Amino acid sequence: MKLLEYQGKDLFRRVGIPTPKGHFATNAAAVREYIAANPGSWVIKSQVLMGGRGKAGGIKFADDAAQGETIANELIGKVLKGIQNPEGEQVKSLLVEEKVDIASEAYASITIDRATKKPVVIVSAQGGMDVEEVAEKHPDAIVKFWIDPAAGYSPFIGRKLAFDAKLPDGYRKAFPTILGQLYTMFMEFGANLVEINPLVLTKDGRVIASDAKVDLDDNGLYKHPDIAAWNKESPADEDQAAAVAIGLGMSNYAKLDGTIGTIANGAGLGMGTMDAIRTAGGAAANFLDIGGGAQAELVKKSYALVVSNPKVKAMFINIFGGITRGDQVAQGIVDALAGGDLRKVPMVVRLTGTNAEEGRAILDKAGFIPVETMDEGAAKAVALAGGSN
Amino acid sequence: MSIYLDKNSKVIVQGITGREGLFHTGRMLAYGTNIVGGVTPGKGGTKIESGQPVFNTVKDAVDATGATHSIIFVPPFAGADALWEAHDAGIQLAVCITEGIPAHDMMRVVATTEGMRIIGGNCPGLISPGKSLVGIMPGHVFKAGNIGMISRSGTLTYEIVDGLTRAGMGQSTCVGIGGDPIIGTTFVDCLRAFANDPETHALVISGEIGGSDEEDAAAFIKEHLPNKPAVAFIGGRSAPKGKRLGHAGAIISGNTGTPESKVAAFTAAGVPVADRPSEIPKLLAERLGKVPA
Repeated sequence: MKLLEYQGKDLFRRVGIPTPKGHFATNAAAVREYIAANPGSWVIKSQVLMGGRGKAGGIKFADDAAQGETIANELIGKVLKGIQNPEGEQVKSLLVEEKVDIASEAYASITIDRATKKPVVIVSAQGGMDVEEVAEKHPDAIVKFWIDPAAGYSPFIGRKLAFDAKLPDGYRKAFPTILGQLYTMFMEFGANLVEINPLVLTKDGRVIASDAKVDLDDNGLYKHPDIAAWNKESPADEDQAAAVAIGLGMSNYAKLDGTIGTIANGAGLGMGTMDAIRTAGGAAANFLDIGGGAQAELVKKSYALVVSNPKVKAMFINIFGGITRGDQVAQGIVDALAGGDLRKVPMVVRLTGTNAEEGRAILDKAGFIPVETMDEGAAKAVALAGGSN
Repeated sequence: MSIYLDKNSKVIVQGITGREGLFHTGRMLAYGTNIVGGVTPGKGGTKIESGQPVFNTVKDAVDATGATHSIIFVPPFAGADALWEAHDAGIQLAVCITEGIPAHDMMRVVATTEGMRIIGGNCPGLISPGKSLVGIMPGHVFKAGNIGMISRSGTLTYEIVDGLTRAGMGQSTCVGIGGDPIIGTTFVDCLRAFANDPETHALVISGEIGGSDEEDAAAFIKEHLPNKPAVAFIGGRSAPKGKRLGHAGAIISGNTGTPESKVAAFTAAGVPVADRPSEIPKLLAERLGKVPA
């Protein structure tokens, strides 16, 4: 679950990481009122998940309440587009934040290193830019440290990294504490990523987290129901919301650009099905992993979700029988999709496992197009969707 | 021979009286797995219908039965706890079927369970065909033979194995290592074990997008297993960047985890990458210098 900046900063404050004074607002009137009550220079930041929002025009400055209101009106509802997301993201809320006098900008993050199975800290004196770009152009400017999760964080790690990354002297005192707080947050909230970019050194000598990029592990959210609820209030990801709404796992559905709807049992087979469609010259309209048993009710709801995408012209259901009997799976699919007022598209169904032949006979009789192999099914679905696009 | 698991391995089931645990215990027993008991706190002293004793703690089960292997069917919040209990009781190999264990829990478990091999979580388990099944795989798809198989997924593994078996290529051991970002046993761990198994003549590696486990496997093969024929498959090659597809680990972020990088690594190691699962038996036969049956 990716957090918006203001949500990430809420967690920063819970562990003691200094952040600029700020106010969250969802409409222009609230921005005006806040600045009127707190005169001064303010930064108005669009709350979006995309990277590069500054370049996309999502960050503006206001020196009084009227200007703040004008900017807020301009930003809310605007679709920001960047190189990383050509489709764009609509601004729904804003963070009005204290304008800090920047002396220096650094970078600090902690993420999970899958290869070593440990948290890895990444620090650079070149903050305020895309870290992947820094890593590419100036690899020497990036320093890393792998923390043993059994031992945890100790301040020497922060001291060492500050020296190795050549952070300006002004950071030296505060950095080991802030990094420790960041590690506490990383572990406590089960984060895939916590990133401060930039970590600002102000002209008056304060070290402040000026931005927050936080991605929490969905599997750990049950430990923090208050944070999980943030997702419900404003589901950042429509695919996740759609999957959860029909009783699938949060990441079992993803909408894609093609014309062939897919349903498979198992994530690996689901990906394999998408790949098979591409190999056959078409493109999948979605990924959908229906899970183990392929129960009738879930088949029905999954079908409805897939065909709700108007681009879908044909459907490929790919079920590897495994421990379930093929004829039972077939009957389940037929029952689930009988009658109803859902949009009908040509349905190719691939079944294997015990009693697969009986299963295919049931499907054939009910007007489905049964096939024996994944390759055959993919080719047939591509042909039915109007050939390769 | 086989790796990690043979006919005599003594297995207990953590969560044996739960719906999933009981169901799969029945299936494993039917396959011939030497299940010597199980654990459900509070039900110690009872027996399941097929006669295996139930214990309150893993330690009790190990003391009474001499079990070395455990298979875990518990909810995600109890996954780390179950693995720590298995380690404390001296279990040598634990297969964790549970899907949805927080990555941070697994990170801490892996850092603190030295000496115990963990397979998974979020995996279909382990099978040495004809000998033993410690997992939820459909046993009838597999056939005893000389192909070592390692995979990150469940049903896709069955798909590939089904093709191998139909082509007359049986398997020595098949390990489903799991689809999560942090897992106990990686491709390289399995390759190391297969390297010492004279009856594993060739390897099939079924990877997917995300992480760098496939690249590490390719490098290991290049350096240590140049004479063991291998074929790879990468699932999710048509996936867009940044989207998480079912498996928590299957996400491409930045330039790591891309299918291009994985295909390039295997190709550089002399391991052909199949475009589709159905091509695997043919590619493997070519590598073995014979035509599939």
